[in-house]
Amino acid sequence: MDNTGLNAMEIRNLTKRFGRFTAVDNISFHVRKGEIFGFLGANGAGKTTAMRILCGLSRPTEGEGTVAGFDINREQEKIKKHIGYMSQKFSLYPDLTVKENIRLFGGIYGLGDRKIKEKTVEMLDMLDMKDVRDTLAGCLPLGWKQKLSFSIALVHEPQIIFLDEPTGGVDPETRRRFWEMIYEASMKGITVFVTTHYMDEAEYCDRVSIMVDGRIAAMDTPGRLKEKYGAADMDEVFRIVAGRAKREE
Amino acid sequence: MYSIEIDNISKSYGKTAAVRDISLKVETGEIFGLIGPDGAGKTTLFRIMTTLMMPDSGKGRICGLDMVKDYFMIRKKIGYMPGKFSLYQDLSVKENLEFFATLFGTTVEDSYQTIKEIYSQIEPFRDRRAGKLSGGMKQKLALCCALVHKPSVLFLDEPTTGVDAVSRKEFWNMLGRIRESGVTVFVSTPYMDEAALCDRLALIKEGSIIGTGTPSSLVKAYPHRMLSVKAGRMYPLLKKLRETPGVISCFSFGDSHHVAYDATRTDSRSIVEEAVRAGFPDCTAKEITPGIEDCFMQLSRKWTTQD
Amino acid sequence: MKEFVASIRKEFLHIFRDKRTILIVMIMPVVQIILFGFAISTEVNEVRVAVCGDLSDPQVDKIVDRISHNKYLTVNMMISDPEEIEGLFRRNMADVAVCFERNFDKELRSSGKATVHITGDGSDPNTARIITGYVTGVIQEIQTEITASLTGGQQVSMSPVVQLMYNPAMKSSYNFVPGVMGLILMLICSMMTAVSIVKEKETGTLELLLVSPVRPQWIILSKMMPYLALSAVNFASILLLSHFVMEVPVNGSLLLLSAVALVFVVASLAIGLLISVISSTQKVALMISGMGLTMPTMIFSGIIFPCESMPEILQWFSDIIPAKWFIIMVKKIMIQGDGLGSIVKELSILTGMAAVFLAVSIKSFRTRLK
Repeated sequence: MDNTGLNAMEIRNLTKRFGRFTAVDNISFHVRKGEIFGFLGANGAGKTTAMRILCGLSRPTEGEGTVAGFDINREQEKIKKHIGYMSQKFSLYPDLTVKENIRLFGGIYGLGDRKIKEKTVEMLDMLDMKDVRDTLAGCLPLGWKQKLSFSIALVHEPQIIFLDEPTGGVDPETRRRFWEMIYEASMKGITVFVTTHYMDEAEYCDRVSIMVDGRIAAMDTPGRLKEKYGAADMDEVFRIVAGRAKREE
Repeated sequence: MYSIEIDNISKSYGKTAAVRDISLKVETGEIFGLIGPDGAGKTTLFRIMTTLMMPDSGKGRICGLDMVKDYFMIRKKIGYMPGKFSLYQDLSVKENLEFFATLFGTTVEDSYQTIKEIYSQIEPFRDRRAGKLSGGMKQKLALCCALVHKPSVLFLDEPTTGVDAVSRKEFWNMLGRIRESGVTVFVSTPYMDEAALCDRLALIKEGSIIGTGTPSSLVKAYPHRMLSVKAGRMYPLLKKLRETPGVISCFSFGDSHHVAYDATRTDSRSIVEEAVRAGFPDCTAKEITPGIEDCFMQLSRKWTTQD
Repeated sequence: MKEFVASIRKEFLHIFRDKRTILIVMIMPVVQIILFGFAISTEVNEVRVAVCGDLSDPQVDKIVDRISHNKYLTVNMMISDPEEIEGLFRRNMADVAVCFERNFDKELRSSGKATVHITGDGSDPNTARIITGYVTGVIQEIQTEITASLTGGQQVSMSPVVQLMYNPAMKSSYNFVPGVMGLILMLICSMMTAVSIVKEKETGTLELLLVSPVRPQWIILSKMMPYLALSAVNFASILLLSHFVMEVPVNGSLLLLSAVALVFVVASLAIGLLISVISSTQKVALMISGMGLTMPTMIFSGIIFPCESMPEILQWFSDIIPAKWFIIMVKKIMIQGDGLGSIVKELSILTGMAAVFLAVSIKSFRTRLK
């Protein structure tokens, strides 16, 4: 695929079946470079399954597409190398220090020793975390942990970053500060693919898609979606769209 | 008449204080919300109130019974739904429900009226293993199990975490109807938008209560004026607004920014004018009443600076 | 009481739905018995015998000839001094040594008694036991022939003195059946109970059980029941296997054996409970029961090493392993056919242990979280 195109991600007719169950049912979409793309959906709508395919962790049953310019069927290893991933559930090793975490993930993504050292200095500087570099990651306040894991997910300078419910359970201010980091990254040209349960965060995305029963039931900018459904906010849009769901996982 | 009364409860794990000197009173028949982020000490407070844990200091009464001395009596009178889905994944819906009914010395038939409304939604799946249910259905089952012995106080620890917006809405509707039957509901949540659905609230941060009251009294106590500001380029606007004189704080809220400002130093018009001058010609602002989330952010900042 | 019955029912449901675990639990004893039995029966082929004695002595010559013609035994060297045996074993050049007394023929004729020393390599005691037993058998067979051939029909006895080097105390054969029994019952009762309680801690369901008005003792007891039933099944299957496949009969009272097993099972369940109190995750519970119970049981059960050849401090340590006492009793009842009288000491020790563990574990099981 064309690496210099305008799209960071192009997905056509993606389907994933488990036995007779169709988790992802013929979805097509594209994400532009530098875009913040919100990937919404009710529990069990097929979000996680789709995201696993896009991250190169699972193969689609049918369909084709590229992520960061690599084929989702044939170049999964390359995809993994060129994307960043962060989830609230797992992102840092709590029993390693800040520095060790950076080192570890730098190593995992194949950065050389010198590059890792450079990155460590740069990152500690940027995050203003020099004083805590030898603190165990588990002992950091939640907001710091988040900043750190976000930066670590970007350590290998990926073109796309996948954020899986990055702000669940975080206090309102930290949550917003985190989104400011997402904006910063997006302004540098990094494509952001994010899932969330907070509907106000859906408003922060350039475009959102809402998955219902394995299909994409709605996809547009938050503004146009609100207009289309005559809704006051994304929460209402979501309830209208996802409220039509038929299947229970 | 208070269903829950706790006085100066503290609890630490080693050196970390999980709950610091918390006192609360919850009236019978109200929905009381404990609002705060993860790690604020919500779960510890729940465990103390449900007699699962002893406080290091302080005392309390649940349903008029002493939390420490009469713990066994309290256990008969309360229903508890822990934060994590805590039912037997390898047992079916029916088996789970029957098991918990028996534990409390009752049967599903006896309390059918109490749980009917919720149970009827999952009854079609009664032979399905609990582990194979969707998030929303798991939550309904857990609620049924917590209600099956007709408790007078229901403790729900983050019942809506990880549940999608549609199911969350449904869940709160159910809570409303449970309250109507006279049950006191003590519920915690990290979602600020759910706060408005409670009769009274306590905002918790790092183990301390930073504010209590009805949703409207909390909003009334908000010390600043607030604007909702919009423009085409939202993120640059955010940065600009923060630098504007007289602006106390600025955070994004959905499709607009909430700007708290000091009315003695500036007003809506000059803030907009400043933004327009800085290259946001389409900037508009509208005076709004702050929400619970704004209150929480303000109180938590105040609390942090005091500390 | 209803609560108790419901809890037991629930525990059985858990087990029956976990097909993999139940399969392992049911098959484990069968595999172990067959594995140990099989390992032993293959090792007695090609036994290398070192002989120490005067070959010009007619009786010695006859016996050595017989040994070398046996299809399992090969005489592979002659040595002149019994002192050399140790060196041979060390260099793994022989499996067993047969040493004849000086003037063997003469002694036999004059006093009707002669001594032959059979020394096995005790570093592998199970095999050594089989081999020495086998050689003894061969010699005893000749003994009858010699008695018949000697004039005067005088009864002669060659007293074979069997000795295991590194493990001087001779033990009964099929030592592994009691060992495996101890191991399996220990595993099922302690490890599985511990894991099943800790699992509820991990999934959070224990919180719900604790906030219910059910007394924790009932929760605990109900958790033990299915494992009690499982161990009964395993006990029976081990006995059947050892009787029909390994041909180790129950010589003593089956009732007494079952009673002893019950005491051991209760002790193991109590230990399992104790582990579950200490551990917060299934992983920790597995570690403690693996390192703290299964390993010592393996080591002190005689499956691998004989206790008697251990340093004193380890022998002393082995006294606090319940399985050791159980295994001793099983050996006495099952193999030697002894009655209650000969196991009083062991039975009281084990009962005492069971009582102490049970008391401690129920007492330390909290009605609250930590």
